[in-house]
Amino acid sequence: MTAVEVRGLRKSYGEVEAVKGVDFDVAPGETFGFLGPNGAGKSTTIKILCTLAKADGGSARVAGFDVATQRNDVRRHIGLVFQDPTLDTYLSAEMNLRFHAELYGMPRETVAPRMEQVLRMVGLWERRTSKVLTFSGGMKRRLEIARGLMHSPRVLFLDEPTVGLDPQTRASIWDYIHELRQQEQITIFLTTHYMDEAENCDRIAIMDEGKLVALDTPAALKATVGTDRVTIRTADDQAALAVLEDAVLTPDGIVISVEDGESYVPRLFGTLGVPITSVSISRPSLDDVFLSYTGRTIRDSEQAPARPVMLAAMAGRR
Amino acid sequence: MTAVAAVRVPQRAFALDLRAVKIVVQRDLIRTLQDRTRFVAALVQPLLFLFVLGSGLGSLTRGATGSLDLKTFMFPGILATSTLFTAMFSAVSIVWDREFGFLREMLIAPVRRSSIILGKALGGATVATTQGILVLALAPFVHVPLTVGLGLTLLAEVFLLSFTLTALGLAIVSRIRQVQTVMGLMQVLLLPLSFLSGALYPLSNLPTWLSIVVRLNPLTYAVHPVRTAVFNHLQVSDSVRALLNPPITWNGWIVPTWLQLALVASIGLSLMAVAVRQFQQVE
Ligand SMILES: Nc1ncnc2c1ncn2[C@@H]1O[C@H](COP(=O)(O)OP(=O)(O)O)[C@@H](O)[C@H]1O
Ligand SMILES: [Mg+2]
Repeated sequence: MTAVEVRGLRKSYGEVEAVKGVDFDVAPGETFGFLGPNGAGKSTTIKILCTLAKADGGSARVAGFDVATQRNDVRRHIGLVFQDPTLDTYLSAEMNLRFHAELYGMPRETVAPRMEQVLRMVGLWERRTSKVLTFSGGMKRRLEIARGLMHSPRVLFLDEPTVGLDPQTRASIWDYIHELRQQEQITIFLTTHYMDEAENCDRIAIMDEGKLVALDTPAALKATVGTDRVTIRTADDQAALAVLEDAVLTPDGIVISVEDGESYVPRLFGTLGVPITSVSISRPSLDDVFLSYTGRTIRDSEQAPARPVMLAAMAGRR
Repeated sequence: MTAVAAVRVPQRAFALDLRAVKIVVQRDLIRTLQDRTRFVAALVQPLLFLFVLGSGLGSLTRGATGSLDLKTFMFPGILATSTLFTAMFSAVSIVWDREFGFLREMLIAPVRRSSIILGKALGGATVATTQGILVLALAPFVHVPLTVGLGLTLLAEVFLLSFTLTALGLAIVSRIRQVQTVMGLMQVLLLPLSFLSGALYPLSNLPTWLSIVVRLNPLTYAVHPVRTAVFNHLQVSDSVRALLNPPITWNGWIVPTWLQLALVASIGLSLMAVAVRQFQQVE
C-alpha cells in the first residue's frame, strides 16, 4: 500500500490558485521532500493531506484512508509538525506530550514508555519537566517532532522543519530525522525551501507555482542537468591531456566531464601514468536542477515577484 | 533504545471523546493553578462591591431593607456575577490558543470538535465554580447561614451559570483572531450583563424599561435562583422578602425556579451548539 497517493489535487483561495493539479505517490518508509520557493503551494498541499483544508478537486489517500471522507482515520495515522509553532509554552514538555497522548487516545500503559522513547530520541528527556517557554527555538522544534511521533504515526508530515533556525540547529534537527528513519518504520513527508536539505530525501518533488515540475531521486534529478566535473592538477598537464578523453585545460586545472566522479577518480589514479597533485569533484547542485526546470534559481523566485505572495501567505495562515 | 513501541490509536470513539474532554478540562485547571494571580484578581472586584459598596450604601438603605444587612442581600448577586469574568476568560483563552498556535494541535486531533469545545466550556465552569467556593466561604461574614445543602445548591447553580457563560463566550470568540479584540469586546459585554441582571438591586419597583430589559437578560434567570436559595435560609418577614426577592413574573405569571434553571441550561446548550458549529468551519 502506498503511504501517500495524490491524484489531480487542486485548491484555490479566491483568485489565487495555490495548487493546480498535482499527482504523486509516496512509498512506505520513504523520505519524500517537497521543494519549492515560498508561495509554491507546499503548505497548502500538506494541509489538504492532513485534512486541515479541503481540496477543490482531485483526491488524496494517506496511510490508505481518503482525506476527504475518512478524516479521523487519516488523523490517527499521521503526525504533524507545522511551519508555525503549536506548543503550549506554559506547560512542561511532558505535559504537552501527555495532552497529545490523551487527545489521540493512546492506551494508558504505552504513554510513559513511549514518552521516554521520543523525548530521548530528540535529546529532551532531561528537560521534560521544564516549561516550554524556557526552550530555545531548536528545542521547541525538536519537542514538536517528538510530539508528532508520540502516537506512532505511519506518516510524519514536517512543514519546513528547520525554517528560522540557525545552521547548527538545522543540522542537528536533520540528525534527529535521520535517526528517526532508522528507528521507526515511518514515512516522512517534508517540505523545504532549502536546497541542501532536499538532498537528505530519498525522492524530491520540485513544486513551483502550484505545479510539480520534477520528481525523482536527488541523484537522478541532478543527472538530468549534467554530469560530474572532475578537476585535477598534475605534474605534467600536457602528458595527462594526451591520455584523457573529453578533457579540457582550464586555469583551475584539467576538467573532465564524467558520469560518476566518485568511481572515476580511483580508476584515473591507476591509469593516468602522470602524478596527480590534487583532485576535486563538483556535481551539479539541486540549484542547477531548479534552474533548469523553472528557468530561474530558487533565490530569484523568493525575491521580487513572490514577495507580496509570501506576505499574503503569512497573513493567511493565522 | 528499545524496539518501536507498537502504539496504534484505538477505535472506541466515545471513550476517546471522553478522554479528550477530560484532558482539555485538566489543562484549564493546570493553567489556572499556574496563574493564581489572575484567579485572585478576579475576586477583587466582587469583593469591593460586596464589602465596600455594601457597607457604604448600607447606611443609606437601612430603612428600606428592614432588619436585613445590605451585604446579605447583595451576597447572592455577587456570588453569581463573580463567575462572569472567569468564565469569559476561559472563552478568551481559546483565542489566545489560536494566536499562539495551540488551538491547531487541538483541532487536528482525531476526536470530535464538540469534545474540545465541551472540554473548554466545562473547564471554564469548573474554574469559575472553584472561585465560587472562595466567595461562598465569606457567607458567615455577611450573615448568610451556610448549610451543606445550601452550599451545594449554590455551587450547582453557579456551575450551571458559568457553563452557560463560557458557552456564550465560545460562541462569540469562535471567529475572532486576536486576543486584544476579544478582551475589548468582553469589557463592553460584562458590565451591562451584570448590571442588567438584578444582581445588585432587587427586581421590585423597577422603572418599566429596566424591568423589561432585566427580563430579557438571560443572566437574570441564573441570578434569581441563587438569591431565592439564600433567602429560603434567611429569617425575614414576608414584606422584606417581597421587597428584596420578589418572584420573576412574565405578564403576571410567576416563573418557577426549575423553569429558570432549565432556561439557563437550554441557552447554554444552544450556545454550545453554535460554538461547535462555528469551530467546525475553522481550518
Ligand atoms: N489561507 C489562505 N488564504 C488565502 N491564500 C492562501 C492561504 N494559504 C495560502 N494561500 C496562498 O496560496 C499560495 C500557496 O501558499 P503556500 O501553500 O503557503 O505556499 P508554500 O508553503 O509553498 O510557501 C500562496 O500564493 C498563498 O498566498
Ligand atoms: Mg509553507
